[in-house]
Amino acid sequence: MSTVARADPAGTAGSARALSERRPLGDRGFQVLALAAGLLVLVILVLIAVSTSQQASSWFSAEGLKIFSNNWNPAANQFGALAFIYGTAITGVIALVIAVPVSVGIALLLTEVVPYRWSRPIVYVIDLLAVVPSVVWGLWGILVFAPWIQHIYASVGSGVNGVPVLGALLGPPTSGASFFTCGIILAFMITPIVTSLSREVIATVPTIDKEGAYALGATRLEMIRGAVWPHSQGGVVGAVLLGLGRAMGETIAAALVIGSSATITSHLFATGYNMPAVIANQFGEASGEFRAALIGIGVLLFVMTIIINIIARGIVERSARRKRGA
Amino acid sequence: MAVAEPQQRPDLREPAGWRRTRNRIATALMVLAFVLVIIPLGFVLYTVIAKGASIISWSFLTGGPIPPNVLPASVGGMGPAVLGTIEITALATVISVPLGVLGAVYINEYGGKGLLARLIGFMADVMTGVPSIVMGLFIFSIWVLHFGYSGLAGAFALGCLMLPIVIRSSDEMLKLVPDPLREASYALGATKARVTLTVVLPAAIGGIVSGALLAVARAAGETAPLLFTILTVTAANRNVFSGANTALSTQIFANASQPYVGAQARAWGAALTLIAIAFILMIVARTVTARFTRYSR
Repeated sequence: MSTVARADPAGTAGSARALSERRPLGDRGFQVLALAAGLLVLVILVLIAVSTSQQASSWFSAEGLKIFSNNWNPAANQFGALAFIYGTAITGVIALVIAVPVSVGIALLLTEVVPYRWSRPIVYVIDLLAVVPSVVWGLWGILVFAPWIQHIYASVGSGVNGVPVLGALLGPPTSGASFFTCGIILAFMITPIVTSLSREVIATVPTIDKEGAYALGATRLEMIRGAVWPHSQGGVVGAVLLGLGRAMGETIAAALVIGSSATITSHLFATGYNMPAVIANQFGEASGEFRAALIGIGVLLFVMTIIINIIARGIVERSARRKRGA
Repeated sequence: MAVAEPQQRPDLREPAGWRRTRNRIATALMVLAFVLVIIPLGFVLYTVIAKGASIISWSFLTGGPIPPNVLPASVGGMGPAVLGTIEITALATVISVPLGVLGAVYINEYGGKGLLARLIGFMADVMTGVPSIVMGLFIFSIWVLHFGYSGLAGAFALGCLMLPIVIRSSDEMLKLVPDPLREASYALGATKARVTLTVVLPAAIGGIVSGALLAVARAAGETAPLLFTILTVTAANRNVFSGANTALSTQIFANASQPYVGAQARAWGAALTLIAIAFILMIVARTVTARFTRYSR
């Protein structure tokens, strides 16, 4: 791979600076316009943080650290958000546990197993998953999937009832709309992005490494473990984190299938709530401090997803750059 | 013990056999992963088509107003929601696509490898991960509280979602335009703005359009940013700039959790309409990519 530096005539140091004196007004105007459009991204991100925090300030100042208490009772003016944070973490973990092996499996299938002419239709099909809108997943989830899987939950629940750990996780009470249903639906929704990012990362593994492994007599599995995995580990972790960020922020599907009860429980098949779902479901009838609390939950969600995204993008970018540079 | 000789052969092959078996199991698991994804996708599409197709008719798509939940699906129609979705998505496109393309032009043509351009590119990536409901809360705080609910507010929220997607896809496409093309234009004495507008952008237009269409497809299906910005109503609102509006996605959300047969049927019909819109946009995007892409990786 040759690394030819991109020539950029008007951007090269000295001569361009001298020329810029004579650049016509329209030319400079266009540059300013483009710069403004680029800066818009940064401006919007700052504005999101400032404006939403402002609207939520009464919640933060009135409740203090009690915003992290497990006490959500709008009728009594109590707005502790712990149950929603817990729900977001639980559904995110369930979604990852399902989506990550599937996504990495498909990414490996696409890059290492099937020939190129087969991989394109497979990518199309995976992309179709991303085209199905969130609200349609939610509609299907609550009207078709939840009633169907309810029976499975019920029989599993009665089977493990009383067993020490499994009983606490999978035992009754069970419900069709639950943490677990929400996690499954979220897993479907984040599979496309985790797959495509993992695929991008895995595609940067040098062919010579793979050929070397095959030349030593490795099977494909051994080649993947010995040559592909060490190279793409970091990038795949980044892709997984991005998937987690998406799962945490996914709103409408969660709002429909999570069951809408603000409880902290170890029972995965029980109804629950998470941060985006409570905002979507309760914002309509909220005002005053109730509304401030819901916007505040949005601020917490924003901060959490931004941190996860910055870390994840950093990891993906670094591993991609290292591989390309090598 | 007389047959000890032939037994040794399988013994020798055993490790390789096990290795081969494990390899086959791994490959089978990868195929299984793909199958696991196809099943729910097929199931969803089948359900939406099966339940939605019987509802959809010309009067469903254009009629209105949207009737109360208790009434059967034969009454009224989703016309106001179809109109709202088209109005709001179109306005969001008009707002965000030019800005996104300009932003990509800055990153790729002006910023180069500079710190600011890299920061903007990185933050655009991060911005694609901002939850859509946060965009809704943002526009609610900054616009709706001062100017009230309107299609325009919804378009702003969708535009905020589309902007980073358009920036990223356009940036990718501009990167593919070969430098000699730019250099040839500079050699003729063209200014940078002229080179960008008449040479670079036309060369990348296919990819830019298809990236924008994919962003539109994504925005058309979004619900969360619209909930607090357009305030779902049941009557048609032709004025996208003022007054509460409605959209297919928010109507599905409102109808999905209703116990009434009519409401659920309307939700399925609206879901099929929405998926059809998204798929058509995606197919057009693919066609545009296939026909107008001059440079690719």
